[in-house]
Amino acid sequence: MKRRLTMGVAAAAVGTLLAACGAGGPGSGGGKISGGKLTLGVLTDLSGVYADLAGNGAVAAVQMAADDYRKKYGDKAVTQKIDVIKADHQNKPEVANTQAREMYERKGADAIFDVPTSSAALAVETVAAQQKKLYFNTGAATTELAGKSCNAYTYEWAYDSYMLAHGTGTQVTQQGGKNWYLIYPDYAFGQDMQAKFTPAIEGAGGRVVAKDPTPFPSDNYSTFLLKAPTLNPKPDVLGALQAGGDLANVVKQYDQFKVKDKGVKLAIGLLFDSDIKAIGADKLAGTMFTTAWFWNLDDRSRAWAQRFQKITGKLPTFDQAADYSAATAYLEAVQKAGTDKAASVSKVLDGMPLDDFFARNATVRAADHRVVHDAYLAKVKAPSEATQDGDYTELVRTIPAAQAFDKPSPDCHLG
Amino acid sequence: MTSFLQQLFNGLVSGSFYALLALGLAVIFGMLRVVNFAHGALYMLGAFGAVVLGDDAGLGFWWALLLVPAALAVAGMAMERLLVQRLTALDPLYNFLLTFGIALVCQDLLRMKYGSHSRPYDRAPFGGTVDLGLFDYPRYQVFVLAVSVVVCVAVWLLLTRTRIGTVVRASTERPELTRAFGIDTRRWVTPVFGFGVALAGLAGVLAAPMRAVNSDMGADLIITVFAVVVIGGLGSVFGSVVAGFAIGMIQALGNLYVPVLSQTSVYLLMAVVLLVRPAGLFGKEEHA
Repeated sequence: MKRRLTMGVAAAAVGTLLAACGAGGPGSGGGKISGGKLTLGVLTDLSGVYADLAGNGAVAAVQMAADDYRKKYGDKAVTQKIDVIKADHQNKPEVANTQAREMYERKGADAIFDVPTSSAALAVETVAAQQKKLYFNTGAATTELAGKSCNAYTYEWAYDSYMLAHGTGTQVTQQGGKNWYLIYPDYAFGQDMQAKFTPAIEGAGGRVVAKDPTPFPSDNYSTFLLKAPTLNPKPDVLGALQAGGDLANVVKQYDQFKVKDKGVKLAIGLLFDSDIKAIGADKLAGTMFTTAWFWNLDDRSRAWAQRFQKITGKLPTFDQAADYSAATAYLEAVQKAGTDKAASVSKVLDGMPLDDFFARNATVRAADHRVVHDAYLAKVKAPSEATQDGDYTELVRTIPAAQAFDKPSPDCHLG
Repeated sequence: MTSFLQQLFNGLVSGSFYALLALGLAVIFGMLRVVNFAHGALYMLGAFGAVVLGDDAGLGFWWALLLVPAALAVAGMAMERLLVQRLTALDPLYNFLLTFGIALVCQDLLRMKYGSHSRPYDRAPFGGTVDLGLFDYPRYQVFVLAVSVVVCVAVWLLLTRTRIGTVVRASTERPELTRAFGIDTRRWVTPVFGFGVALAGLAGVLAAPMRAVNSDMGADLIITVFAVVVIGGLGSVFGSVVAGFAIGMIQALGNLYVPVLSQTSVYLLMAVVLLVRPAGLFGKEEHA
């Protein structure tokens, strides 16, 4: 609660400045584009735990999409004026709500992108529906976004807890990890992950021997690490569903308690490249996880990742790649619709097939606005196998789009 | 039974950190009547110090254990001289705001430089486990417990068995009377502050091999440590150490037997202690 006031103020100041600069007279060109320009809002965590995996990298990705669009269409573009604005939601739903309102109403954002943290993501979803403006989420894991909270203005682009659980839970169980011990942080994300992992494991013929909630945040996991090998039957896999700093604590202590030597392998619910860097690839080598994308997937991905790295100095995470994919699809849809009216753009997007470096064999599902695309079961490379700095991920198996995501939820009514 | 003993031992290990941090807070509060809200940030700086020494200077864990607390002691003394001292005559609220502000500045600077993710640290002095009879335990964590116990006992001896300790305690408990004996109590304020900060740095270095090193690590921990200090009795050195280890054990048992209470147990205990003994378990009531 006490964190990052300064950054928030700075972000607000930058936002205000951008809005002030952009207020140069309406009707300047671009007939059907309101105000003659497009404004893409990136609402993200600029200062907290997700700032590395989303943050300014997400802003850079959306900016790249805008630049590429302008270059591609030149004079034929519906407008050459595309502003990218950003704001810090501090991972808090109430801040996200205010910032989203501010972006749509005062700064004229046509669409909002990114938004990590499920509670904040859901808050923005409500605002998008009220404002009748588009919203492309790439950062949050909850299936609720395209489930019971879904609406006509919100698109879920990158991943969700179902994808993570069914990738890792199903595949690892099928490969012989029959008995699981799940530890999950005791808040919305952890509970949601646990609720998705358990049926995935059981559906693949495995068994959850025990599951324990862990305090959030916590820096001591010894209780659970000592307990793991003593359970009866002894679990084959410890499923750690923690994120960020908590995950780093789990892995460091898993290593110190020699749980692997006692025959309990580690599987991780949600793992970003930035986590692997934070923990050290040597400690994670061989760990299985599911990801929506990784930069070293193939030539197309590498080419984009290198461009991104030139701009930001860092390799992209899947969240940032998804931001580019979503912003590009949005701009293409505006181009095709010839207007930035949400309903018209949405009509182009719904059911649209996609094939960019991020979204493979993908479709924007019309029923619930979930983008289904190939996902990847991966494992962490040992540092000795890495070809370069930041090369952490080895592909184990591609999970086809049709299997990677759940069927549209019966609770979703786009309205 | 084994798992019960295991939990007690887990609790002692996390208690090691609480005790070291609470001890530093207690010493500082005793001498200056300042609640140092920057203590968690200083713990975080200790851990980052170990990481940076390792990454940038190639110095291993033992060097960090020596250099980082020393460097932080100097920084702490500078902080006391340049900032804290100016406000001690005013309402304690001013130093509360100052130290809290220092904590936020430290956290944000580190986040700007290193990002919000944790930093890896793989210079643990030893790996492997050690057989404790009933169960195996990571060798490093047993070492942490040993260091913490040794430091706490040493500080206790220093305070009770040496002349320096006598002077410090006298300045803490009866500053006017001590001055009347011709002892310059203010001379001891800066070194004591530096010493308390060094203890936070030491805890931070010890944490680096076993905990996530990031800019938030201190903010998350320090709230519990404040509860520990209140339970032990503000300014009571003995109380803060005992409460530190006790809270560690209570949390660990809570983790296993009553997970819903593992986090709240500390605050419940704090509430009960405050109701029954407002000055804490080992604190002395002050009569103004």
